[in-house]
Amino acid sequence: MSGDIAKHPGLNLGPGHGKDDAAAEGLMFGFWVFMMSDAILFGMVFATYLTSLSATAGGPVASQLYDLTSTFVETLLLLSSSFTFGMASLAMKYRHRQRRLVAWLLVTLLLGLAFIGVELHDFASMAAKGGVPTRSGFLSAFFDLVPLHGLHVAAGCLWMIALLVQLARYGVDTKAKLGIMRLALFWHFLDIIWIGIFSVVYLPGCMHAVG
Amino acid sequence: MPSANEKGELKAQERREFLSYVWGLGLALALTIVPFAIVKWSAMTPLAVLAFIGVFALAQIVVHFRFFLHISSRQKREDLQLLIFSGLILSIMLAGTLWIMASLALRMGMT
Repeated sequence: MSGDIAKHPGLNLGPGHGKDDAAAEGLMFGFWVFMMSDAILFGMVFATYLTSLSATAGGPVASQLYDLTSTFVETLLLLSSSFTFGMASLAMKYRHRQRRLVAWLLVTLLLGLAFIGVELHDFASMAAKGGVPTRSGFLSAFFDLVPLHGLHVAAGCLWMIALLVQLARYGVDTKAKLGIMRLALFWHFLDIIWIGIFSVVYLPGCMHAVG
Repeated sequence: MPSANEKGELKAQERREFLSYVWGLGLALALTIVPFAIVKWSAMTPLAVLAFIGVFALAQIVVHFRFFLHISSRQKREDLQLLIFSGLILSIMLAGTLWIMASLALRMGMT
């Protein structure tokens, strides 16, 4: 099948799914347009952060506030949740029992919630060291960027809960399949944004503590 | 009902796609661990460390697009155009903002 042209970017259901596969084409393209505009929004918030790096106004600086270990844990949580969502997508595409799909989605949801938990813990420990959004331009920009991603993850978790309820009530029908496919794109997209966050915010921020 | 032959083909395809996710996970893990290790333990100059972080981040973004979002040469032309155009807009706006703001800071003596 490697010679076939994909109907849309992302995991295609394939011709075996008939009308569900046909219905996906337009919807997935539309969702990609949304994601790309969201990526540009994130890009601008990244630019805001980068231009505010030196605006610490005598307040706490990055190396005093960031915790490399905690960032690493968050990265692993998000990366493994991307993988488990992939497993859920495959369970759906190859028509395994619904229980298997639901189980992978639940694991993904738990990993997402754990990520949010660790992130909230991070913010709390930053606040305890005086790193609150009102302290400096730098911290305002930080709390503009990182919690914006966290909010996206929280929205993804809510969406996943809604889909799980939908699955329990109606089973794996066309609407559920298309919902899961769009959430899969969204979930993988958020993991890509996180690569930007740990590479632009946390790693360079922790670097100064060493060098 | 699909024939036995089609079923076998479908099974092989599922195995390929499963392995693709495993490859994605493995590569992404490696591309994550190396920059974290460099920041934690290496004694390179800050500029070299930044360069490493940037290269590993770009590589990992490519890995995610390839293995998790399944972007490949099999995309339709419109789909690729959407991705490439968004990337173009993103880089113009990002680079433009950083350039203008850095130049402003320099000329205003804010650095």
